[in-house]
Amino acid sequence: MRELRKTLFNRIDGTLLLLYFTLVSIGIMAIFSVEHRATDPQIIMMHKGYMKQVMWLGYSLFIGLLIILTDSKFFSSFAFLIYTAGIFILIITIFAGVDVKGSRSWLGVGGFRFQPGEVAKIFTSLALARFFALNETNFRKLKDRLIAASIALGPAVLILLQKETGLALVYFSFFLVMFREGLPSAILITGFAAIALVITTLLLDRMTMAIVITGVTILVGYAIRSNLRRRMSTRIVLVSCWLFSILFSQFAVPFVFKNVLQKHQIERIYSMIGIDVPDEYNKALEPGDDRREHTNSSEYNVLQSKIAIGSGGMFGKGLLNGTSTKNQFVPEQNTDFIFCAIGEQFGFVGSATLIILYILLMLRIIYLGERQRSDFTRVYAYCVACILFFHVAINISMTIGLAPVIGITLPFLSYGGSSLLSFSILIFILVRLDADRQVIIR
Amino acid sequence: MSLATNPRRYVISLIFIGVGIIMLLRLFFLQNFEPKYKILANDIAIYKKVVYPPRGVILDRKGKTLLSNTPVYDLMITPANVPGSLDTSELCASLDINKETYESMLARIRARNLDVRQSTFMELLSESQTARFQENAYKFPGFELVERNLRRYEKPVAGLVLGYIGEVSQQMLKKPRYASYRQGDYAGLSGLELQYEEVLRGQRGVHYLERDKFNRPRGPYRGGELDTQEVSGRALDLYLDMELQEYAEKLMANKIGSVVAIDPQTGGILAMVSSPTFDPNLLRGKERSHNYGKLYKDPTRPLFNRATQAMYPPGSTIKPFTGLVALNEGVIGSEFGYPCGGSYGACSRKIGCEHHDAGHAANFRLALAHSCNSYFCHIFRLTVDYRNFKSVKQGLQVWHDYYNSFAFGRQTGVDIPYEGKGLVPDTAMYNRMYRGSWNSCTIVFVGMGQGELLLTPLQMANGMCIIANKGYYYLPHFVKSIGKNENDSLLLKYKEKHRVLDIPDATFTVVQQAMQDVVDHGTASAARIDSITVCAKTGTAENKAVVNGEVIKMQNHSMFVAFAPRENPKIAIAVAIENAGFGGTWAGPIASLMMEKYLKDSISARRKPVEEKMMNAHLINKYVYTIDSVNRLRDRRIYEAKMERRRIADSTEKSQDSIMYRRWIYTKMKYKHKK
Repeated sequence: MRELRKTLFNRIDGTLLLLYFTLVSIGIMAIFSVEHRATDPQIIMMHKGYMKQVMWLGYSLFIGLLIILTDSKFFSSFAFLIYTAGIFILIITIFAGVDVKGSRSWLGVGGFRFQPGEVAKIFTSLALARFFALNETNFRKLKDRLIAASIALGPAVLILLQKETGLALVYFSFFLVMFREGLPSAILITGFAAIALVITTLLLDRMTMAIVITGVTILVGYAIRSNLRRRMSTRIVLVSCWLFSILFSQFAVPFVFKNVLQKHQIERIYSMIGIDVPDEYNKALEPGDDRREHTNSSEYNVLQSKIAIGSGGMFGKGLLNGTSTKNQFVPEQNTDFIFCAIGEQFGFVGSATLIILYILLMLRIIYLGERQRSDFTRVYAYCVACILFFHVAINISMTIGLAPVIGITLPFLSYGGSSLLSFSILIFILVRLDADRQVIIR
Repeated sequence: MSLATNPRRYVISLIFIGVGIIMLLRLFFLQNFEPKYKILANDIAIYKKVVYPPRGVILDRKGKTLLSNTPVYDLMITPANVPGSLDTSELCASLDINKETYESMLARIRARNLDVRQSTFMELLSESQTARFQENAYKFPGFELVERNLRRYEKPVAGLVLGYIGEVSQQMLKKPRYASYRQGDYAGLSGLELQYEEVLRGQRGVHYLERDKFNRPRGPYRGGELDTQEVSGRALDLYLDMELQEYAEKLMANKIGSVVAIDPQTGGILAMVSSPTFDPNLLRGKERSHNYGKLYKDPTRPLFNRATQAMYPPGSTIKPFTGLVALNEGVIGSEFGYPCGGSYGACSRKIGCEHHDAGHAANFRLALAHSCNSYFCHIFRLTVDYRNFKSVKQGLQVWHDYYNSFAFGRQTGVDIPYEGKGLVPDTAMYNRMYRGSWNSCTIVFVGMGQGELLLTPLQMANGMCIIANKGYYYLPHFVKSIGKNENDSLLLKYKEKHRVLDIPDATFTVVQQAMQDVVDHGTASAARIDSITVCAKTGTAENKAVVNGEVIKMQNHSMFVAFAPRENPKIAIAVAIENAGFGGTWAGPIASLMMEKYLKDSISARRKPVEEKMMNAHLINKYVYTIDSVNRLRDRRIYEAKMERRRIADSTEKSQDSIMYRRWIYTKMKYKHKK
C-alpha cells in the first residue's frame, strides 16, 4: 500500500503520457508539413490547421488536467447518467445536425462545431465498464450479454442514422472487450470465419471454392477425428458447417450480388479486394444512376494515397519534400489521409515507427488494464485499447488499399478538434483511473 | 478482480500485433518494391518548366543595334477566375474584338482546358491593344498579360544577312544539330541567325516546379537544386556598317542585283545587299509564313541572296586577273602591246572591241584602261598556250589553279549559309564538253570574262581585296566578335591570312596602276572621288536566259569592281546590276558613291545629282516578270505531269493488288470446297 501514500501526480503513468505526447507531436508536424508553403512569411499563422491543432492540444490538456483533478469515483458513478445524456444528444443530432458532406453528424453551437459521434465513444466506454463492474452483472447469462451488446451498439445505430457509417463501425470494436470479459470464443471465431468465407468466395470461382471448403472440412475432421468418433453432435456440426459454407458461396453470394446489391456497391467491394468485377455481376448502369462518379472518386483517393505512400521508399523524401501531400493530390490529407504525409516524407522507416508506436500504446493500455484491482477500470482500459486499435487498423489499411475507404480518423494525428479532444479525454480518464488502481471503483 | 492472468489478454495482444505486422508487410512491399508509385508521384507533381533566355543581339561596327529583342505580350486567361460580372464590352473594346468573337474564343478555351488552368487567349497583342488593356487591367480579373520576346530588326535592312528565326520543323529535329531542340522551339532559319544559332540561342534553363492537383505551379522542387540556369545568348558584333548598308539598299532600290563591300585589311564585310530587298520584320511572329509565301512567289526573288548565291559572268571585271596571271607567268611584260583595230580575228570569228583607234592597247596599262577585248583575249590565249606548258590542257589547269587560289570557283567560306561556288572551267570540264578536242580559240571568251566563267559578287569583291592587299586576303566574314570576344574559337579561321599563289608585289603594282588608270582616264571616269585614288574596273557582261527551251540573249549585266584608297586600302567593292547595260553607267557610280560614303562619311555636293539619279533609277525590266511566269508555268506543268504519272502508277498497283487478292480468295474457296 506504499503507492497510496504517493501524491496523485506521482501515481500517473508516465509511459502512457509519453506515448500520447509523441503521437500528438507527430500529428502536428504532419499537418504542418502538409500545409506549410515555401512562400509562407512565418511559421506561426493562426488560420493554418497545424496552429489550430496546437490550440486544440491546449484545450485537450486543460480538460485533461480537470479530469486528473476529478475524483475517480465520479466516472463510474455518473457513467450511466452521462450515457443517457449522450444518447439524447445523438438523437438530437439526427434531426438538428449540420449537413457536412452528406452526413448530419455535426452539431453547431454558435461558431463552434463538434461531432457527438466522436465523443460518444467515451460515454459508451464508461457505460460498458460500469455495466461490467456492477455486482449483479453475470456475463455468462444471455440476458446480460444482450444488454452489453445493446449498450455498445445503441450509439452505433444512432450514428448510422446520421449517415456516418465509418464512425458507427467503430462500435463493433467493443466485441473484443466483451471477448476479454468472457464472451465465448466461438462467436469471435465464427465472426472471423464468416468474413474469411465472404472474401474467399469473392476471390475464387465457385468450383474451386467448393473444393477448398470440402478440403478444409476434411482437414478439420481429421484433426478432431477422436471427437467425431465419440460424439454425434460434433459430426452434425461439422457437416452442417460444410453445407452452410457450400450453400453460402454457391447460392447466397451470387443471389445477393445479382439481386440485392447496386452496381456501385459491387464495384466498391471488388475494388477493395483488388480484382475486376466478374462478368456475371457486371450490371448495366441503370438510367439516372450517376453514382459511378462516386466509386471513381474513392478509387482515385486510394490511388493518390498509394502514390504518396509508395513514392516514399525506404527513407522517404524528407520533411516538407512530399510532393503529393504538399500539393493536395491526396484528398482529405490532413484528416483521414494524414498517414500519407508520414509515408511519403519518412518512408517505410517512418511509417513503421509510427505503427510500432501505436502498438506499444495499445499494449501499454492493456498492461494498465490488467494491473487494476477494479473491473471498471480494466474494462474501460480495454475499451480504449480496442477503439484505438480499430481506428488505427482501419485508417492505415484504407490508405494502403487494404480496407475500404470509410471516414474514420487516425487517433492523435488527424487534424480536427473533435477527434483529438475525444481521444485525449479517453486517455486522460484512463490515466486518472489508473492513478487510483489500488482503489476498488464500482 | 481476477488476480490470475486471463489468457485472453494475450489473444487480444496477439490480434493487435498480428494486424500491425500485416500493415507493416504491406507497407514494406508498397514502399520498396513498387517503383511505379515513385514515377507516378513525379509525373503528377513535378512540372518541368523550360525557360528561354533572350536571344543574343546583333550590333553593327559602330555598336548600333541591328537586331534585338522586343517584348511582346500574350493575353492569358484563367477561365475560373473570370467573374460573371465582367464588363465584356469594355474588354472587347480594348482588344478590338466583338462580343461574338470573345464568346466563341472563351467557349473554345473552356472546351479544351480545365477551367483553372491558364491558357493563351490572344497571341501577340498590338501595341495599342497592350496599352489599352494595361490601363484597365484591374477591371479584368482572370486575364493576364504575359511577356515574351520577339526578334526586332531596328531598321528594315540586311534581311538576308541577318536572317530570321522560326519554329523548328520535323525534318530539322531529326538532324543531330537540333538534338537538343523540341517541337515548338525557335531556331535560326537563315543568314547569321542560322550560322551562329548556337551562340545566339544561349542555353535554355530548366526549372523544376512543384504543382498541385489543379496544375498550378507551387514553387521550386527541392528548393531548385535540380534546376539549370538559363544563359543568355551572346551578342554578335559585326563589321557591317548599318549606315552604309542602308545607303547601299537605297541606291539599289528598283534594281535587281547586288553589292558587296569588304574591308580588305580584315576581310570584314561592310555591306552586303541583294536587291530587291525586303523588310525582315515581315518574317517574324505569326505573320511569318504568310509573308514568306508572298516573298517566295515574287518574280524578282527577294529571298534569293544574290550576293553569295547568284553567279554572273564577270565580263571585263575579270581582266585585271587575266593580266595578273599572264604577267606573273612571264607570258607578257607590262610593256606588251597588241595592235587592236576594233576586233580580234585570230580565232576564225571576230570578237568585237569598243575601241578602234590605234594604240589604245599599246601596253598593259592602256589596254586595261580602255578595256580592250582583243588584248585580253590574246594574252589569255598566250597564257594557256605558253611554251612552258606541254599543251593548252596543262596551261588551262595552271590558269585554273591561279583562279582557285583567288577563291574563284569555290566557296569563299563566308559566315552565312548556302554560299554559291561560282564556276571556273578546268581542263576536265572542257574535255567533257568538247570530247577532248578543243584549243585556246575554243575557250578564248574566258579571257574577257565571258563563256563558262561565272562568279558571285562576293568572289569579285574578295578578288578586289587580293589586288588591294597585293596578294593575300582574309576569309570574308561578318562577325567581328562574339560576346565582345574577338578571339572566340569560331572566329579563329577568319584571323588567318590566305596568300594566293606566289606573285611578287611588283606585278600587283602594275595591275593596281592600270586599275587606277581605268578611273583616271579610262572607262570608269564616273567613279572618280575627289582626293582619293580609286582603282576600279568596269564590266559589261553578256548573258542569256533560257525561256521555253530557247536561248535568248538578254540585256547586258552592269558590273563594277573597285577598291580605295590605293595605298592602305580600306574598302573593296563589287557591284552587279542585272540587265542594266554598261558597267560604267550604273554599277560604277553606285560603287563609287558607296566608297565615298564610307571613306568620307558624306557625299560631296558635286555628286548629289548622280546620287539622286542612281536612287531613282528603275532598272527592273518588264520581261523579268514574263520570264518568271513562263518558268513557273513550265514548272507547274512538269509537276502536274509527275503527279499524274504517280497517280496512274498508284492506281495500277492498287488494281493489281485487288486482282491478286481476288485470286487468293478464289483459290482459298476452291480449296475449302474440295475439303
